[in-house]
This record gives sequence, structure tokens and C-alpha cells, in this order.
Amino acid sequence: MTSDVVADEVRVCRLDDLLPERGAGALVGEHRIAVFRLADDRLLAVQQRDPYSGANVLSRGIVGDVDGAATVTSPMFKQVWDLATGACLDAVGKEPVDLRTYPVRLVGDEVRVAVTP
Amino acid sequence: MHSEGTARTGPGRVVVVGGGMVAHRFAEQLCARADAGDWHLTVIGEEPHLPYDRVHLSEVFDGRADADLALAPEPWADPRVDLVTGDPVVALDLAAQTVTTRAGRVEPYDALVLATGSRAWVPRTEGVDLPGVLCYRTLGDVTDLRSWVADRGSALGRPLRGAVVGGGVLGLEAAAALQKLGVAPTVVEFADRLMAVQLDAGGGEALRVLVTDLGLDVRTSAAATRVVAGDDGRVAGLDLSTGETLDADVVVYSTGIRPRDGLARAAGLVVAERGGVVVGPTCRTSDPAVWAIGECASFEGECAGLVAPGNAMADVVVDQLCGGVKGYSKAADGTKLKGVGVDAASFGDVLALTPGALEVTFADPVAKTYRKLVVSDDARVLLGGVFVGDIELYSSLRPMLGRPLGADPSAFLAPPGGAAPVQTDVPDDVVLCSCSNVSAGTVRAAVTEHGCTSVGEVKACTRAGTVCGSCVPLLTTVVNRTLEQAGIAVSSAMCEHFAMSRAELYALVRAERLRTFTEVVGAHGKGRGCAVCRPVVASILSSLGIGHVLQPDQAPLQDTNDHLLANLQKDGTYSVVPRMPGGEVTPERLLVLAEVARDFGLFTRVTGAQRIAMFGARQDQLPAIWRRLVDAGFESGQAYGKSLRAVKTCVGQAWCRFGVQDSASMAVRLELRYRGLRSPHKFKVGVSGCARECAEARGKDVGVIATEKGWNVYVGGNGGFTPRHADLLAEDLDDDRLVQVVDRFLALYVRSADRLQRTAPWVAAYPGGLEELRRVVVEDSLGIGAELDAEVERHVSGYVDEWRATLDDPEKLRRFTPYLNDPDAADPDLAYVPQRGQARPARPGEHGHHDLRVARTLEEAPL
Ligand code: SRM
Ligand SMILES: Cc1cc2nc3c(=O)[nH]c(=O)nc-3n(C[C@H](O)[C@H](O)[C@H](O)COP(=O)(O)OP(=O)(O)OC[C@H]3O[C@@H](n4cnc5c(N)ncnc54)[C@H](O)[C@@H]3O)c2cc1C
Ligand code: SF4
Ligand code: FES
Repeated sequence: MTSDVVADEVRVCRLDDLLPERGAGALVGEHRIAVFRLADDRLLAVQQRDPYSGANVLSRGIVGDVDGAATVTSPMFKQVWDLATGACLDAVGKEPVDLRTYPVRLVGDEVRVAVTP
Repeated sequence: MHSEGTARTGPGRVVVVGGGMVAHRFAEQLCARADAGDWHLTVIGEEPHLPYDRVHLSEVFDGRADADLALAPEPWADPRVDLVTGDPVVALDLAAQTVTTRAGRVEPYDALVLATGSRAWVPRTEGVDLPGVLCYRTLGDVTDLRSWVADRGSALGRPLRGAVVGGGVLGLEAAAALQKLGVAPTVVEFADRLMAVQLDAGGGEALRVLVTDLGLDVRTSAAATRVVAGDDGRVAGLDLSTGETLDADVVVYSTGIRPRDGLARAAGLVVAERGGVVVGPTCRTSDPAVWAIGECASFEGECAGLVAPGNAMADVVVDQLCGGVKGYSKAADGTKLKGVGVDAASFGDVLALTPGALEVTFADPVAKTYRKLVVSDDARVLLGGVFVGDIELYSSLRPMLGRPLGADPSAFLAPPGGAAPVQTDVPDDVVLCSCSNVSAGTVRAAVTEHGCTSVGEVKACTRAGTVCGSCVPLLTTVVNRTLEQAGIAVSSAMCEHFAMSRAELYALVRAERLRTFTEVVGAHGKGRGCAVCRPVVASILSSLGIGHVLQPDQAPLQDTNDHLLANLQKDGTYSVVPRMPGGEVTPERLLVLAEVARDFGLFTRVTGAQRIAMFGARQDQLPAIWRRLVDAGFESGQAYGKSLRAVKTCVGQAWCRFGVQDSASMAVRLELRYRGLRSPHKFKVGVSGCARECAEARGKDVGVIATEKGWNVYVGGNGGFTPRHADLLAEDLDDDRLVQVVDRFLALYVRSADRLQRTAPWVAAYPGGLEELRRVVVEDSLGIGAELDAEVERHVSGYVDEWRATLDDPEKLRRFTPYLNDPDAADPDLAYVPQRGQARPARPGEHGHHDLRVARTLEEAPL
């Protein structure tokens, strides 16, 4: 990646603001982002909008794993996505729709999300 | 025997000295004996706490509160039981049959039970009395350790170093605890390997590699010869026999335990050469009115260091006191390391000392596992096993100790990871569950003769697997194979993480007193869980009164409804449904609802369950809305939980000319009793004041219908997708008996239903049908009535309004912030349109306003 990614990085919160194994929302410009902190403090971010209901709720889904890959399940209709890749792993009988992912990292105790247009 | 005075009809005045784990077991078992006759129990403990779970002591370093270690408090609520804490017994007078405490309390007894446990033993070594040299046995020790580390850390202003003397199971646990406190520990072990009593050289080496990976520093073949003081007189180092001196700001000794037999010794009871009060199979001491159980008792010259034998002794004494003839015998024990993050376990002849014994070893240096079986010279009989890194075989092979294996030993070890362990048919006479002394044959008979169709039922029927739980994997195998052979299909896997059903998991969690998701998945599942199993575990922990839905460690397990205590709507907002017992609401409170709904613009309607719901509350608004409702005396209606919804009722006798009982008052009583009770699925109750049934009670999970003589109770009703009328369970009950029957019905449902199984299908599938359910619930044929009552009682006394508790806790309020980087921002994409004077979410293509209050005032589009 080039350095303009770093330039677009936005601080969203401190690590302590996030509960392990849960998500939280962040608003970065036009982007509604769901940021997740895993048990091992790994950070992952995907779009907040649930493509199936259109509601901004994915940060409120349950975190878990499918064959070891970290996942989130939509609280609305229970579709499951791979948090790292955004791939839809269980579309609950619908057409699979993947999620956009966002690079996220910890700098000191700051959680930063990188947004490229 | 002591037989002065009139003949007693029961154990009489029973006094237990010691308030530890085994004393608790004793009290629990005595309370559960329906046939005990007259008794009164006084338990006197020296520690200031309620009897607690010492086995899980280390969990306070994983964030578990000290108070959460307390063992089930039901016995202490029993009117026949007195518990004294913080006051040790200092004298025992065998002739007068009294004990005296330090505070001067004199307690006469008809039967005395010594359950004084053991103390940590520290060898006489120079410097062991320096400040900063500690033990690891009691909650007091843990408090000392914590405050020493905190104080020392801030005094020295740098990370601390620690040393643990003793590399046994407890020493390793203590070292892990130090690590959790941020102290870098070195473990010093006199023998040439860790867990020297339980592991052979290969196993010890494998364990050393694994714990070193976790950051523990290990010195074997090294003795601690002197604790060295620093300039300030505090501990600063540890001299080893190897010549090395370790820097150490804290030293924990874990060099063994010694039975606390001082009281018995002073009173003149016979004490064993190696310590401990001498008992035989009845657990009676040399004085016939005195018994000894647990770690302070010496049986066949040995004191147990584990809780299971102590519990078995407690059961024996309860039985003896009630006129029974149960005896104690040593069960084959094994040891399993826990709390360290590394698996190691062994049983039997680990060093292959039996003449001619053969060892079959499988060590995988890449996977860092070591597994060994010890077998007889003809390779047929199992004599022992050592497992490090992968202990899957431990639970299935341990009961086979001393038995023919039925297959080549290497076949058990061959598949790396033990993916498909060889199936052996455990002979009928093998004791499968040593805690409850249940043989494989009894387990099979539970399936073939008593109609049990799941592991959970077999446990309830035989008690196998209900104590320490270590036999459950084997139990599950035997039960499932027997079911298969009987042609009964069993697939009960909940999801990819748990291979069992909710009911089975419930029984395991309950039996093993597991406390956190991590523990549950560690013991019985794999991976990190998912949206199916996490809420199930949360609900189980909550039903058991272990993990409250509001507890921080429960947060990752809850779906959004339980997390935010509100029900998610289609646009991501939530509904607000306060409890309204009996469907009643005072005009004053109704005004508060109206004002809240107006001020926040919430869409308001009367629900199908006789209460008022308000829709459209944003995540960030929920606390402010509930603050006003709670201040006005409302509480959560749990419309979001898998729990009691509402108790629907009619006006009944109070107003109705046909009513024969006060249905509304009964409805309010039931609603306040079961509010907040977490269950496999939601449940609903109805109460009608007469047979006209205006409350539609028979459409509910529990339906109560008034009769001239009392109440009829119906169970298993359902509206919804597959409507079903509830079936009559019992007739003409008075108020209290009605409550008892409903308590038992619900507690049994909570225990044994499947995930998301309403009572209707559960009742329909109940083994033995409604008849059997009636026997269990109404007639208490299984003798579990008191247990079920206690479970509901614990729920009732532990109830707190979730919303009130949340509002009082700034930490919990944080989860309502929708956008962390912009805490005042609301969801920018919400849009509403007016509808009949209120506002609803805009549909695709409709142009709406983001503010509900504005949207409801806009002009409505023509229909
Ligand atoms: C609000 C309400 C409709 C209304 O506006 O009146 C309602 C709303 C919902 N019902 Fe209901 N049910 C409501 C009364 C009922 C009733 C009538 C009753 O309770 O007397 C029934 C039939 C009786 C029964 O349960 O046996 C009912 C049968 C269901 C079912 C089907 C259950 C079944 O066993 O088949 C579901 C689906 C489920 O739970 O899995 C359901 C699920 C739902 C959910 C929770 C769906 C969801 O997950 O979002 C709805 C959201 C509630 C919310 O936001 O708070 N609701 N639902 C009623 C709330 C009552 C209350 O005050 O708590
Ligand atoms: C860290 C740790 C981990 C453990 N892990 C396991 C494990 O995984 N598996 C296992 O089986 N076991 C384990 N144990 C051992 C287990 O805790 C004991 O076997 C069990 O607690 C013994 O129960 P008890 O009632 O005999 O003794 P205790 O639980 O020690 O209770 C005795 C009580 O009596 C009190 N007392 C003593 N004298 C008097 C007096 N004169 N008057 C009044 N009160 C008195 C003591 O203060 C104490 O509270 C562990 C122990 C520790 C410390
Ligand atoms: S059920 Fe009976 S008591 Fe209740 S309102 Fe109807 S008629 Fe009256
Ligand atoms: S062996 Fe402990 S419960 Fe069965």
C-alpha cells in the first residue's frame, strides 16, 4: 500500500473503548463502519450497513468463528460474514452479498481506520 | 453409642467444623435428604467468606469476583441450617459433646463432623517469614498476593519478578496467577520434572516445553535454599541449590499440603502417622459421635488432595446419619492440570512400576503433544496413562484402568490428534462415573430399560456425570452408542462449536459449575462460538444464576436484544416494552408513558399481551427513555429476552360477576415471580378467573384457570406457528401449591429443553408423555422437587431489574453509544413517514424525515 492510505487514517477510539469480542460503530465522513475487537485484541472493520435489511446494525452482531475464521452474524436476519475478508459465508437462503472491509490498526492505544474513497 | 434421653428420630444436632468445599457438600446433601428425620445443622468456618469453590480459586485472576466463587447458597437459606463464618473452633470436648469457638460460642452436638481441610505446608527454610513470601490456598492468600503485587509494583516502579517454589499442579496454577498479575514467574522444582507425582519424564519434558512457550521460566532439579531479603527487609531473591540466585519481588510456596488435624489431636482422637484424622469406610473417627471428611481425614493411611473423595465422604456420612449403610472406598483417581492454559493429565501407574508393564508412547514434537499408555505384559490390560498437550483420551480411558483395553494400545494413540479414537465397548461392570459410582451397565439400562433418550436424561436418572463431569465424554459415547444400537437416532449437535444439545450442555455446565463462555467452550466445545451457541451459553449461565445478562463477560455472548435490553426493529431502532403485571396500569403511570412517547416521538400501541409497547427508540436514546420510566416505577418487561414475557389475565373475581378466584392477583404474583428468568425460549402464562377463559390461558405455555376449589393448571400451550392447547397437569390446587407446581414445571423445562424449543413441543416430546411429566412435576417421582424449587427460589431472590442496574452503571451505559468517534451522532440514515398520527419507518422509495417527532407532524400521503 502507498502512503496515502496512512494519510487517510482516522482515529476512531481507544482500544479500551471496545469490548473484546464485540463491535462498535464509527462514522468517518460518508462511511458507516463497524469496528470489532477480538479476544486476542486483533482489530477488524467492515461496513456497518447490513446489505439484507439496509439497516446500520452490523456492529451489533455476535462475533464468532467458522472453521477458525472470525465472523460476525447480522442481528437482523442472521447472515454470517468473514470479518477479515468480508466474504459472505452464510446467506441464509439469499444471494450471498459480501461486505466491504476497512484496514484498521492499533497505534499506541488508538484504534485507527483507514478510509480510501 | 450415645443414647441418653429419649430416642431421636433423626441425626439430631449436627455440627460441622470447617466451612470449606466438603462441608458445603455435606450441608447440601443433608438438606436434600427427605427421609432424614429431625436434624439441625451448624456449620462453623474459620474463613470470613461464605463457603467457596477453592478448586476455581485462580479464576479471580480472570476477572471473576471473589464473591462469585461462593458455592450454591441454598443450604444457608434452609431454616434447619446455621452457618457461622469467621470464627474458628478452638476446642473439642468429646465427653461433653461440645465444641467451643474462639469467640466463645459453645455448640453441643449429637454428631460432629470434622471438615477442616488442609493447610499449605512450607518447609523450614531461611527467609520464609519475610514479607512477600506467600502461599496459595485461600481467598485470603489471593487478597494478600494481589495487594502485595500492587503495592510492591508501585513502590518499585517496574514490572515485578516472582518465583514459585514447587512445580506441581498447584504451583503451576500459582505461576499462571502471577503472570495474570503481570509478574514474570520462575517455577522452581526440586524433582527433575514438572508435576513429578503425576507425570513421567517424557510427559514432564513435554509440559516444560509447553509452559515455557507461555512465558513461564522453569528450573527443575533445583531446591530453594534461602529466601533473600533486600535492603528494605522485603523479599528480593531466592537462592537455589544450583548456586543460582533468582531475582524475586514475590515468592509463592506451593510445596504441599498438610491435613488440619490439630483440633482432633488435642481432643485425643486417633491421628495417622503421616497426619490426618483416622477413619474407616464409614468415615467415623475413633469416637463414635465424631466423623471426619475431606482433606483432614486419613483413609488407609492417606489424605486425599482432591475434592471428589471428600464429596464422596460427605455423602457417606449423610447416609450413615440417616440410617443408611453407604461406605467409602477409594476410587481410582487421576489428575488434570487446569488454569494454566496447557493440558496435562494422567492416571494409574504412570511410571510403569508394575512388574512386566509395557509402555506405548506417542510423542509429537511438532504438535507438542505426548501421550503414553501403560499396559500389562500381555499388552491387554490398561494400567495407566499420561497425556500432555492432547488429553482427549484421558476421560475415556481413565475408567478402563485395570481392564482389558479391547484393542491394540497403539491403535488408541496412532491417529495424530486422536481424531477418531478406537471405539471400545466398556464392559458393563466398569465404573464409568467414579464420583457417583455408576457402572456402564447401569447407564445402558437407563437407555434400554428406563427409556432415557439423551445424555441429560441418563444423568438425571443415574446421577452419572453430575459431580466433577470428567466422565461426561465417555458417558456420552456409551449413551449414544446404546441409543444407536436400540435404533434411536441421535443428532443433537447445536452448531459447529458444540456437539451436544442445549439440554446436555446445561447439565454439564451445572454439574461442573462452569462460569464463563471460555470455560464452557474449553471443556465441551471448540473454536470461539457463534450466534447460535453464544446466546445459548449466556442463557444457561443466567438460568443457573451464574452469569447475569448484565455481567461484562457476558457481553460478547448476547445478541443485540439482550445486550441493549430492547428488541431490534427493522430499521435498527428498538422497542420499549415496560412490564405491566396483570395488564394493569395506574393513570399516573400511564401519563408517564404518554409523556415519554410524546417527547421521543415513539410509535405507541397496545400489544397482543396486554401491555404497551413504544417503537422507534434509537440505541443512544434507550438510557434516557428508561431513566424516566424507571424513575416512575416501571421496570424491564423482557420483551427482548428468551424469558417470561407477560402473564395475561382477566379482571376475575375482583370485578367480574362470574369470577371464582382473584385471577388478576394470581397473575401479578406469577409475573413477579418469573420475571427475568432466562429459558430455552420465551414463555408466556395466562390466568383466567373462571372456565369462560377470557385470558386464553390454554394458549399459553402455562395456563391457570380458576375453579370453585382453587386452580387448574395446564401446560404446553402455544399460539404462533403451530397453535396447541395446553394440557391439564393438575387440578384444584391452592395458591401455594399452584406456585410450586408451576415452579417445578418451569425449572424442569429450563433444565432439559432444547435451544429455542417452546414448552409445547417439549411437553409433546416428553419421554413417557404427560403422565410421566405429571409424576415428575406434581408427584415428585424423581425426588428432584426440592432441587427444582431451590432453582426457582434462587432466581426469585437474585432478581434485579436489568434496566435499573444498567442505568446505575456508567460502564454498562457505554454500550449504548452508537458511534464511538462521534458520541453525539445518531444513525444518519433513519427516515420516517407519518401514519395515523404517529410515525413509522419509511419504505424504499418513500421520502422520510430522520426525526420521529417531526415525521409524525408531517402531512400523511393519501392512501
Ligand atoms: C409486539 C407484539 C405484537 C404486537 O404488537 O402486539 C409481538 C411482536 C413480536 N413477536 Fe410476537 N408479539 C406479540 C405477541 C405475540 C403473541 C400473543 C401473546 O403473547 O398473547 C403470540 C402468540 C402466542 C404465543 O407466543 O404462543 C406471538 C407469537 C410470536 C412468535 C411465534 C412463536 C411460536 O411459538 O410459534 C414469534 C417468533 C419467535 O418467537 O420465534 C414472535 C416474535 C415476535 C418478535 C419478537 C419478532 C422479532 O424478533 O422482532 C416481535 C417483536 C417484539 C418487539 O419488538 O418487542 N411472536 N407474539 C406482541 C408483544 C407482546 C408483549 O407485550 O410482549
Ligand atoms: C488453587 C487450588 C486449586 C485446586 N484445584 C483442584 C482441582 O482442580 N481438583 C480438585 O479435585 N481439587 C483441587 N484443589 C483441592 C481442593 O480445593 C480441596 O480438595 C478441597 O477444597 C478440600 O475440601 P475440604 O472441605 O476438605 O477442605 P477446605 O476446602 O480446605 O475447607 C476446610 C475449611 O475448614 C476451615 N477450618 C479449618 N480448621 C478450622 C477450625 N478449627 N474451625 C473452623 N474452621 C476451620 C478452613 O479455614 C477451611 O475454610 C485445589 C486447591 C487449590 C488451593
Ligand atoms: S374468564 Fe371468567 S372471570 Fe374472567 S372475565 Fe371471563 S367470565 Fe369473567
Ligand atoms: S466421574 Fe466425576 S461426575 Fe462422573
